[in-house]
Amino acid sequence: MKKLQTMPTIAAKAEKPPSRPEPEGAIIHLRDVTRVYKVGVERIHALDGITLELHDNEYVAVMGASGSGKSTLMNVLGCLDRATSGHYALDGQNTTRLSDAALARVRNERIGFVFQSFELLGQHSALKNVEMPLIYSKNGWWTRRKRAKKVLERVGLGDRIKHKPNQLSGGEKQRVAIARALVCEPTILMADEPTGNLDTKTSESIMNLFDQLHREGQTIILVTHEEHVARHARRIIRMRDGKIYDDRPSNQSPADKPATEKDAGGKSS
Amino acid sequence: MKMLLQAPLVFLRLFYQSVYLAMGQIWANKTRSILTTIGIVIGVASVTAVIAALTGLKAKILTQVETLGSNTIFISPRRPDTGPMQHANFWSIRFLPEHFDGLLDHCPSVKRFGRQTWIGGKTVSHRERSVENVTVRGIEPDCHKIESRPVTDGRPLSVIDEIQTRQVCLIDPKLRNELHLDRDCIGQTILIGHNTFYIVGVVEPRPESVFGGGDQDRSEVFVPFKTSFKLQRYLYIGVLAESKSAEVSDDAQAELRFFLRRTRNIKPGEPDTFEVMSLQNILDIFNKIAIIVTMVAGGIVGISLLVGGVGIMNIMLVSVSERTREIGLRKAVGAKKTAIMTQFLIEAVVLCFFGGLVGVGFGQLLTMGIANIPKVEMDMAYIPLWAIGLSFGFSGTVGIFFGMFPAIKAARLDPIEALRHE
Repeated sequence: MKKLQTMPTIAAKAEKPPSRPEPEGAIIHLRDVTRVYKVGVERIHALDGITLELHDNEYVAVMGASGSGKSTLMNVLGCLDRATSGHYALDGQNTTRLSDAALARVRNERIGFVFQSFELLGQHSALKNVEMPLIYSKNGWWTRRKRAKKVLERVGLGDRIKHKPNQLSGGEKQRVAIARALVCEPTILMADEPTGNLDTKTSESIMNLFDQLHREGQTIILVTHEEHVARHARRIIRMRDGKIYDDRPSNQSPADKPATEKDAGGKSS
Repeated sequence: MKMLLQAPLVFLRLFYQSVYLAMGQIWANKTRSILTTIGIVIGVASVTAVIAALTGLKAKILTQVETLGSNTIFISPRRPDTGPMQHANFWSIRFLPEHFDGLLDHCPSVKRFGRQTWIGGKTVSHRERSVENVTVRGIEPDCHKIESRPVTDGRPLSVIDEIQTRQVCLIDPKLRNELHLDRDCIGQTILIGHNTFYIVGVVEPRPESVFGGGDQDRSEVFVPFKTSFKLQRYLYIGVLAESKSAEVSDDAQAELRFFLRRTRNIKPGEPDTFEVMSLQNILDIFNKIAIIVTMVAGGIVGISLLVGGVGIMNIMLVSVSERTREIGLRKAVGAKKTAIMTQFLIEAVVLCFFGGLVGVGFGQLLTMGIANIPKVEMDMAYIPLWAIGLSFGFSGTVGIFFGMFPAIKAARLDPIEALRHE
């Protein structure tokens, strides 16, 4: 949100192909990023030379079959995981050499996560759940409450703040989770299969919320394997075997449909 | 500079938030928390109760010292631990009355002294009523002053009674009631054994004594020292003395020891065949015993706190594995390792403090129970403030010690793995 003021000019660059090194205004810049897991003696390339650039207020869907590396990509982008090699700059800051504590701070201040299964704390009210990330940043009690209320109103749950997760519907739970992701005003909102546990109608309303957030200037990365969810994004990145094989605006149909749906990589995503 | 100032504030906030979270967790798992802390509760309750009992006993002894007078010195025969007299017959080392003749001239720090004898289990009767098992004490008049047991009716025993070996006696109110004597019983006669004695006075009942042993409820009759030998020819003698002031008490004891060694013909280098003790010595002995009791109790408490601590560790490990996803989530939204660790550590400490609090409560109940047992002389038992502090200190330490491992385990979880955990 800090970069909202400069949003229009950067958004104009958003459609450029992600090949140039470190251009001005790219909030995410990945160059030749790999993530290798060792399973016994076998080395599995979950990410195999990813080069990617994301700009402010982009709305991106990452698609791919199970095992394509899209979850690993999200973990790396979300600073939950470190790349084995390559270069990853977030907001112009190189994250590859940051300590655990510094990465935790990056996650707290710049990244908001939305998970498939909501991950709300059952014993706390919606408000407390939303306040939670602010506990780990330098905010007083009053600021926390104020910001949490505001963001709950923004996702349309202003009248549900005292409810506990078990008193909320699936859609409402995911709205609370989105509010929690937004409360620290992150640079990027990352959603991993945000509609995976919801019915079609609720999915649609959650996706409309994402659309609305995007219109308000939020940069969003969705990870999904559902085509109709990905359609909401403005740009779709398709992955297979740890590589990006297609990256284009969502209004163009992919030139090259995945030839086979088989798991050639054969590893967990 | 700003960071330097912020660091403690950040920690403070983390601290109170962790306490708040921990309270929530404990409240959410009430039954489990109660069962887990039982070990700590028992440990703390027993340590506070033991300390309370010892404190009460000590307070009791101190008040006893006050009523008896801290200048009082007890002198009695005693077999030495070494030397030829080690296995001597008690009778052969008994005091003789003449051992103490001229004592005041040779012991300048001694204010007064009185010889006394005990005759146990006498039958006292008045007309057709009789009371068995009465302790008869032969005392010299000065014993009254040393022991401060005022005569409420009539007069104390006098020097004339002593010199003339009169058959007069003092009785305590209990005996008066048991013999159905008049309230004003002075001048009446009672039979002690087969001898007739005139009652000349009534003494105050004996203060409840922690040294008294098992004959607390026996009645007492006081007769002149010399007269007591009429009742029984061979008697053991003890001596009560009083030093001129508390400061010279040690001098007085040394003088008495020196004097007695001479009158009892103990050769230089041979051990004493008697002992001279002041109330202070008795207090010292009590303190030594108290330390031993405290150490033994401390050991038991230590074991129960250890067991309690293992219980805490177990439940914290369960808590960590139950809340793996929560830990993953917290890490994903930006909780640092230290924050996660602090949260779980404080949860363990709060759990232990909670146990400590309940334990002190139970300890108070136990103390009240002990204080109200009749005839145990524990009515002054109370939990001193430092014992409460100690209990909380111990529970806190147990919490930190046994909470550390689960907390570190939680802090080390990988957020991705943790979020995938079922």
